Amino acid sequence: MPRPVRFNINGETDIKLVKEGPEGYMGEAFMATTLEQVVGLARSKSIWPLPFATSCCGIEFMATMGSHYDLARFGAERVGFSPRQCDLLMVMGTIAKKMAPVVKQVYLQMAEPRWVLAMGACASSGGIFDSYSVLQGIDQIIPVDVYVPGCPPRPEAVLDGFMKVQDLVHKEQLRRRHSDKYKDLMTSYGIQ
Amino acid sequence: MTNDQIKQRLQEKFGEAVSNFTEPYGMLTFEAPKDFNLKVLQFLFDDAELRFRFLTDLQAVHYPNEKGRELAVVYHLHNLTDNVRIRFKVFTAIDTPDVYSATALYSSANWMERETYDFYGVNFVGHPNLKRILNVDEMDYFPMRKEYPLEEATRVDKDDDMFGR
Repeated sequence: MPRPVRFNINGETDIKLVKEGPEGYMGEAFMATTLEQVVGLARSKSIWPLPFATSCCGIEFMATMGSHYDLARFGAERVGFSPRQCDLLMVMGTIAKKMAPVVKQVYLQMAEPRWVLAMGACASSGGIFDSYSVLQGIDQIIPVDVYVPGCPPRPEAVLDGFMKVQDLVHKEQLRRRHSDKYKDLMTSYGIQ
Repeated sequence: MTNDQIKQRLQEKFGEAVSNFTEPYGMLTFEAPKDFNLKVLQFLFDDAELRFRFLTDLQAVHYPNEKGRELAVVYHLHNLTDNVRIRFKVFTAIDTPDVYSATALYSSANWMERETYDFYGVNFVGHPNLKRILNVDEMDYFPMRKEYPLEEATRVDKDDDMFGR
Protein backbone atom coordinates (compact mmCIF):
# COMPACT_ATOMS: atom_id res chain seq x y z
CA MET A 1 0.00 0.00 0.00
CA PRO A 2 1.49 3.33 -0.92
CA ARG A 3 2.32 5.59 1.95
CA PRO A 4 0.23 8.76 1.88
CA VAL A 5 2.25 11.92 1.49
CA ARG A 6 1.99 13.66 4.83
CA PHE A 7 4.29 16.54 4.23
CA ASN A 8 2.93 20.05 4.27
CA ILE A 9 -0.68 19.20 3.49
CA ASN A 10 -2.35 20.71 6.53
CA GLY A 11 -3.43 24.30 6.44
CA GLU A 12 -2.63 27.03 4.02
CA THR A 13 0.85 27.21 2.65
CA ASP A 14 2.37 30.58 2.08
CA ILE A 15 3.39 29.60 -1.43
CA LYS A 16 1.08 30.67 -4.19
CA LEU A 17 1.80 29.18 -7.55
CA VAL A 18 1.36 31.54 -10.43
CA LYS A 19 -1.08 29.79 -12.68
CA GLU A 20 -2.48 32.51 -14.82
CA GLY A 21 0.43 34.83 -15.29
CA PRO A 22 1.28 38.00 -13.43
CA GLU A 23 -1.09 40.80 -12.66
CA GLY A 24 -1.45 43.38 -15.36
CA TYR A 25 -3.72 44.96 -17.90
CA MET A 26 -4.88 42.55 -20.52
CA GLY A 27 -6.66 43.21 -23.75
CA GLU A 28 -7.11 41.46 -27.01
CA ALA A 29 -3.76 39.99 -28.07
CA PHE A 30 -1.72 42.08 -25.68
CA MET A 31 -0.83 42.30 -22.02
CA ALA A 32 0.81 45.08 -20.08
CA THR A 33 2.59 44.41 -16.78
CA THR A 34 5.72 45.47 -14.96
CA LEU A 35 9.13 44.31 -16.10
CA GLU A 36 9.91 43.20 -12.58
CA GLN A 37 7.06 40.70 -12.55
CA VAL A 38 7.98 39.25 -15.90
CA VAL A 39 11.64 38.90 -14.95
CA GLY A 40 10.72 37.37 -11.60
CA LEU A 41 8.39 34.91 -13.26
CA ALA A 42 10.97 33.91 -15.83
CA ARG A 43 13.75 33.52 -13.29
CA SER A 44 11.69 31.52 -10.82
CA LYS A 45 10.73 28.98 -13.47
CA SER A 46 14.23 28.45 -14.82
CA ILE A 47 16.47 28.11 -11.80
CA TRP A 48 19.65 26.17 -12.46
CA PRO A 49 20.68 24.42 -9.27
CA LEU A 50 24.30 23.74 -8.38
CA PRO A 51 24.35 20.73 -6.04
CA PHE A 52 27.15 20.84 -3.47
CA ALA A 53 26.58 17.40 -1.96
CA THR A 54 28.96 16.10 0.67
CA SER A 55 27.02 13.35 2.44
CA CYS A 56 23.69 11.58 2.94
CA CYS A 57 21.59 14.64 2.07
CA GLY A 58 23.14 14.39 -1.39
CA ILE A 59 21.72 10.87 -1.75
CA GLU A 60 18.31 12.21 -0.84
CA PHE A 61 18.76 14.93 -3.42
CA MET A 62 19.43 12.29 -6.06
CA ALA A 63 16.01 10.86 -5.30
CA THR A 64 14.60 14.36 -5.64
CA MET A 65 16.14 14.65 -9.07
CA GLY A 66 14.84 11.23 -10.09
CA SER A 67 11.69 10.48 -12.00
CA HIS A 68 9.49 9.86 -8.96
CA TYR A 69 9.86 13.27 -7.32
CA ASP A 70 11.25 15.00 -10.39
CA LEU A 71 12.71 18.38 -9.59
CA ALA A 72 12.54 19.09 -13.33
CA ARG A 73 8.86 19.90 -12.92
CA PHE A 74 9.91 23.14 -11.25
CA GLY A 75 12.05 24.37 -14.09
CA ALA A 76 15.23 22.91 -12.66
CA GLU A 77 15.82 20.27 -15.29
CA ARG A 78 19.36 21.36 -15.86
CA VAL A 79 21.52 20.66 -12.82
CA GLY A 80 24.72 22.51 -13.52
CA PHE A 81 28.13 21.76 -12.14
CA SER A 82 29.75 24.99 -13.19
CA PRO A 83 29.18 27.73 -10.63
CA ARG A 84 29.38 30.54 -13.15
CA GLN A 85 26.22 29.42 -14.93
CA CYS A 86 24.08 28.47 -11.94
CA ASP A 87 21.60 30.47 -9.92
CA LEU A 88 20.99 28.36 -6.83
CA LEU A 89 23.70 26.84 -4.64
CA MET A 90 22.26 23.81 -2.85
CA VAL A 91 24.58 22.84 0.02
CA MET A 92 23.71 19.35 1.16
CA GLY A 93 25.58 17.64 3.93
CA THR A 94 28.20 18.21 6.58
CA ILE A 95 30.64 20.99 5.80
CA ALA A 96 33.92 20.49 7.63
CA LYS A 97 35.93 23.56 8.49
CA LYS A 98 38.48 22.59 5.88
CA MET A 99 35.70 22.54 3.28
CA ALA A 100 34.47 26.02 4.23
CA PRO A 101 36.83 27.95 1.90
CA VAL A 102 35.74 25.71 -0.97
CA VAL A 103 32.05 26.44 -0.38
CA LYS A 104 32.81 30.13 -0.16
CA GLN A 105 34.83 30.07 -3.36
CA VAL A 106 32.05 28.27 -5.22
CA TYR A 107 29.63 30.90 -3.97
CA LEU A 108 31.92 33.71 -5.09
CA GLN A 109 32.25 32.18 -8.54
CA MET A 110 28.48 32.29 -9.06
CA ALA A 111 27.14 35.30 -10.88
CA GLU A 112 24.51 37.58 -9.37
CA PRO A 113 21.65 37.08 -8.82
CA ARG A 114 22.41 33.97 -6.78
CA TRP A 115 20.54 32.13 -4.09
CA VAL A 116 21.56 29.57 -1.47
CA LEU A 117 19.61 26.67 -0.05
CA ALA A 118 20.97 24.85 3.03
CA MET A 119 19.62 21.32 3.07
CA GLY A 120 19.56 19.28 6.25
CA ALA A 121 20.64 19.79 9.82
CA CYS A 122 24.37 19.73 9.11
CA ALA A 123 24.42 22.44 6.46
CA SER A 124 21.99 24.54 8.52
CA SER A 125 23.55 24.23 11.97
CA GLY A 126 26.27 21.59 12.06
CA GLY A 127 23.69 19.03 13.12
CA ILE A 128 24.89 16.26 15.39
CA PHE A 129 28.50 17.08 14.54
CA ASP A 130 29.00 19.49 17.41
CA SER A 131 32.74 19.15 17.11
CA TYR A 132 35.99 21.02 16.60
CA SER A 133 36.26 20.03 12.95
CA VAL A 134 32.77 20.85 11.63
CA LEU A 135 31.41 24.20 10.55
CA GLN A 136 28.35 25.06 12.66
CA GLY A 137 26.12 25.99 9.74
CA ILE A 138 27.12 27.39 6.36
CA ASP A 139 25.55 30.73 7.27
CA GLN A 140 28.79 31.41 9.10
CA ILE A 141 30.51 31.88 5.75
CA ILE A 142 27.84 32.67 3.14
CA PRO A 143 24.32 34.13 3.33
CA VAL A 144 21.57 31.51 3.14
CA ASP A 145 18.10 32.11 1.69
CA VAL A 146 16.24 28.92 2.61
CA TYR A 147 16.92 26.30 5.27
CA VAL A 148 15.44 22.82 4.83
CA PRO A 149 15.21 20.97 8.17
CA GLY A 150 15.60 17.22 8.54
CA CYS A 151 18.30 14.61 8.92
CA PRO A 152 18.17 13.99 6.05
CA PRO A 153 15.05 15.78 4.75
CA ARG A 154 12.65 13.78 2.61
CA PRO A 155 12.48 14.71 -1.07
CA GLU A 156 9.13 16.37 -0.39
CA ALA A 157 10.90 18.69 2.04
CA VAL A 158 13.53 19.52 -0.58
CA LEU A 159 10.79 20.30 -3.08
CA ASP A 160 9.08 22.48 -0.50
CA GLY A 161 12.35 24.31 0.09
CA PHE A 162 12.88 24.68 -3.63
CA MET A 163 9.40 26.17 -3.99
CA LYS A 164 10.25 28.60 -1.20
CA VAL A 165 13.29 29.64 -3.24
CA GLN A 166 11.08 30.04 -6.32
CA ASP A 167 8.79 32.23 -4.26
CA LEU A 168 11.74 34.38 -3.15
CA VAL A 169 13.03 34.64 -6.69
CA HIS A 170 9.62 35.56 -8.01
CA LYS A 171 9.05 38.32 -5.47
CA GLU A 172 12.54 39.76 -5.50
CA GLN A 173 12.83 43.37 -6.53
CA LEU A 174 15.11 44.02 -9.45
CA ARG A 175 17.01 46.66 -7.49
CA ARG A 176 17.51 44.48 -4.40
CA ARG A 177 21.05 43.41 -5.30
CA HIS A 178 22.06 47.06 -5.65
CA SER A 179 20.57 48.17 -2.33
CA ASP A 180 22.67 49.27 0.63
CA LYS A 181 21.05 46.61 2.79
CA TYR A 182 22.23 43.87 0.46
CA LYS A 183 25.70 45.37 0.22
CA ASP A 184 25.88 45.52 4.01
CA LEU A 185 24.91 41.86 4.16
CA MET A 186 27.70 40.96 1.74
CA THR A 187 30.18 43.09 3.66
CA SER A 188 29.25 41.31 6.88
CA TYR A 189 30.41 38.10 5.21
CA GLY A 190 33.58 39.74 3.95
CA ILE A 191 32.50 39.67 0.31
CA GLN A 192 33.56 42.89 -1.45
CA MET B 1 59.76 -15.70 19.38
CA THR B 2 57.74 -15.33 22.56
CA ASN B 3 56.96 -12.26 24.62
CA ASP B 4 59.28 -13.53 27.37
CA GLN B 5 62.20 -13.73 24.95
CA ILE B 6 61.61 -10.15 23.77
CA LYS B 7 61.34 -8.96 27.36
CA GLN B 8 64.58 -10.76 28.25
CA ARG B 9 66.46 -9.26 25.29
CA LEU B 10 65.30 -5.77 26.23
CA GLN B 11 66.21 -6.14 29.89
CA GLU B 12 69.66 -7.51 29.00
CA LYS B 13 70.28 -4.41 26.90
CA PHE B 14 68.57 -1.64 28.89
CA GLY B 15 68.27 -3.06 32.41
CA GLU B 16 66.01 -0.99 34.66
CA ALA B 17 65.29 1.61 31.97
CA VAL B 18 62.58 -0.50 30.38
CA SER B 19 59.72 -1.13 32.77
CA ASN B 20 56.01 -1.79 33.25
CA PHE B 21 55.87 -4.93 31.13
CA THR B 22 52.27 -6.05 30.64
CA GLU B 23 50.52 -8.28 28.15
CA PRO B 24 47.00 -6.97 27.51
CA TYR B 25 45.31 -9.43 25.13
CA GLY B 26 48.65 -11.17 24.64
CA MET B 27 50.45 -8.15 23.17
CA LEU B 28 53.67 -7.22 24.92
CA THR B 29 53.54 -3.63 26.16
CA PHE B 30 56.29 -1.74 27.97
CA GLU B 31 57.57 1.76 28.58
CA ALA B 32 60.86 3.60 28.76
CA PRO B 33 61.99 7.14 29.68
CA LYS B 34 61.36 9.51 26.80
CA ASP B 35 65.05 10.24 26.26
CA PHE B 36 65.57 6.54 25.56
CA ASN B 37 62.90 6.23 22.89
CA LEU B 38 65.24 6.33 19.88
CA LYS B 39 67.77 4.01 21.50
CA VAL B 40 65.07 1.44 22.24
CA LEU B 41 63.54 1.77 18.75
CA GLN B 42 66.96 1.48 17.11
CA PHE B 43 67.72 -1.64 19.14
CA LEU B 44 64.37 -3.20 18.26
CA PHE B 45 65.04 -2.38 14.60
CA ASP B 46 68.66 -3.55 14.36
CA ASP B 47 68.73 -6.58 16.61
CA ALA B 48 69.15 -9.75 14.56
CA GLU B 49 66.54 -11.61 16.57
CA LEU B 50 63.96 -8.89 17.20
CA ARG B 51 63.79 -7.21 13.76
CA PHE B 52 60.85 -4.87 14.51
CA ARG B 53 61.21 -3.00 11.23
CA PHE B 54 57.66 -1.91 10.57
CA LEU B 55 56.00 0.95 12.43
CA THR B 56 52.31 0.06 12.30
CA ASP B 57 51.03 3.06 14.17
CA LEU B 58 52.08 5.97 16.31
CA GLN B 59 49.81 8.10 18.43
CA ALA B 60 49.44 9.89 21.73
CA VAL B 61 47.14 9.57 24.74
CA HIS B 62 46.34 12.31 27.21
CA TYR B 63 46.10 11.35 30.90
CA PRO B 64 45.21 14.66 32.56
CA ASN B 65 45.37 13.21 36.10
CA GLU B 66 48.89 11.81 35.94
CA LYS B 67 51.00 14.80 36.90
CA GLY B 68 54.36 15.02 35.19
CA ARG B 69 53.51 12.28 32.67
CA GLU B 70 50.32 13.55 31.09
CA LEU B 71 51.11 12.67 27.50
CA ALA B 72 51.92 9.15 26.37
CA VAL B 73 53.39 8.55 22.92
CA VAL B 74 52.64 5.01 21.80
CA TYR B 75 54.55 3.13 19.09
CA HIS B 76 53.04 -0.03 17.59
CA LEU B 77 55.82 -2.14 16.10
CA HIS B 78 55.58 -5.21 13.91
CA ASN B 79 58.12 -7.91 13.18
CA LEU B 80 57.06 -8.94 9.67
CA THR B 81 59.37 -11.98 9.60
CA ASP B 82 57.94 -13.70 12.67
CA ASN B 83 54.61 -11.85 12.65
CA VAL B 84 54.97 -10.51 16.18
CA ARG B 85 53.61 -7.19 17.41
CA ILE B 86 54.62 -5.11 20.43
CA ARG B 87 53.57 -1.81 21.91
CA PHE B 88 56.09 0.69 23.25
CA LYS B 89 55.20 3.78 25.28
CA VAL B 90 57.05 6.86 26.41
CA PHE B 91 55.55 9.43 28.77
CA THR B 92 56.20 13.15 28.84
CA ALA B 93 55.02 16.12 30.88
CA ILE B 94 52.52 18.34 29.09
CA ASP B 95 54.55 21.48 29.89
CA THR B 96 57.57 20.15 28.00
CA PRO B 97 56.09 17.83 25.36
CA ASP B 98 59.42 17.25 23.59
CA VAL B 99 60.00 13.75 22.26
CA TYR B 100 62.70 12.74 19.79
CA SER B 101 61.36 12.12 16.31
CA ALA B 102 61.50 8.61 14.88
CA THR B 103 61.49 9.82 11.26
CA ALA B 104 65.16 8.97 10.72
CA LEU B 105 64.42 5.35 11.60
CA TYR B 106 60.93 4.89 10.17
CA SER B 107 59.93 7.08 7.23
CA SER B 108 56.29 6.28 7.96
CA ALA B 109 56.61 8.16 11.24
CA ASN B 110 56.66 11.43 9.32
CA TRP B 111 52.93 11.88 8.77
CA MET B 112 51.96 10.00 11.91
CA GLU B 113 54.04 12.35 14.03
CA ARG B 114 52.48 15.31 12.26
CA GLU B 115 49.04 13.93 13.11
CA THR B 116 50.07 13.38 16.74
CA TYR B 117 51.38 16.94 16.88
CA ASP B 118 48.18 18.20 15.27
CA PHE B 119 45.87 16.63 17.84
CA TYR B 120 47.98 16.47 21.02
CA GLY B 121 50.74 19.05 20.56
CA VAL B 122 53.61 16.61 21.06
CA ASN B 123 56.74 18.43 19.88
CA PHE B 124 58.79 15.88 17.95
CA VAL B 125 62.37 17.12 18.09
CA GLY B 126 64.15 16.58 14.79
CA HIS B 127 61.05 16.18 12.64
CA PRO B 128 61.69 17.64 9.16
CA ASN B 129 58.26 19.27 8.71
CA LEU B 130 56.31 19.48 11.95
CA LYS B 131 53.08 21.30 11.07
CA ARG B 132 49.37 20.52 11.12
CA ILE B 133 48.25 17.79 8.73
CA LEU B 134 44.51 17.26 9.23
CA ASN B 135 43.02 20.27 10.99
CA VAL B 136 42.69 23.77 9.58
CA ASP B 137 45.92 25.73 9.73
CA GLU B 138 44.28 28.55 11.71
CA MET B 139 43.48 26.25 14.63
CA ASP B 140 45.32 27.52 17.71
CA TYR B 141 44.80 24.60 20.08
CA PHE B 142 45.24 20.83 20.19
CA PRO B 143 41.69 19.47 20.07
CA MET B 144 42.16 15.94 21.41
CA ARG B 145 43.69 17.05 24.69
CA LYS B 146 41.23 16.58 27.50
CA GLU B 147 41.26 20.24 28.43
CA TYR B 148 38.72 21.51 25.91
CA PRO B 149 34.95 20.94 25.81
CA LEU B 150 33.92 18.43 23.19
CA GLU B 151 31.34 20.83 21.82
CA GLU B 152 32.19 23.37 19.18
CA ALA B 153 32.60 26.76 20.83
CA THR B 154 31.31 28.78 17.88
CA ARG B 155 27.83 27.27 17.89
CA VAL B 156 25.05 29.76 18.53
CA ASP B 157 21.75 28.03 17.86
CA LYS B 158 22.04 24.72 19.69
CA ASP B 159 19.94 24.52 22.82
CA ASP B 160 21.63 22.43 25.51
CA ASP B 161 18.27 21.02 26.66
CA MET B 162 17.44 19.74 23.21
CA PHE B 163 20.87 18.19 22.78
CA GLY B 164 20.69 16.36 26.09
CA ARG B 165 23.39 18.24 27.92
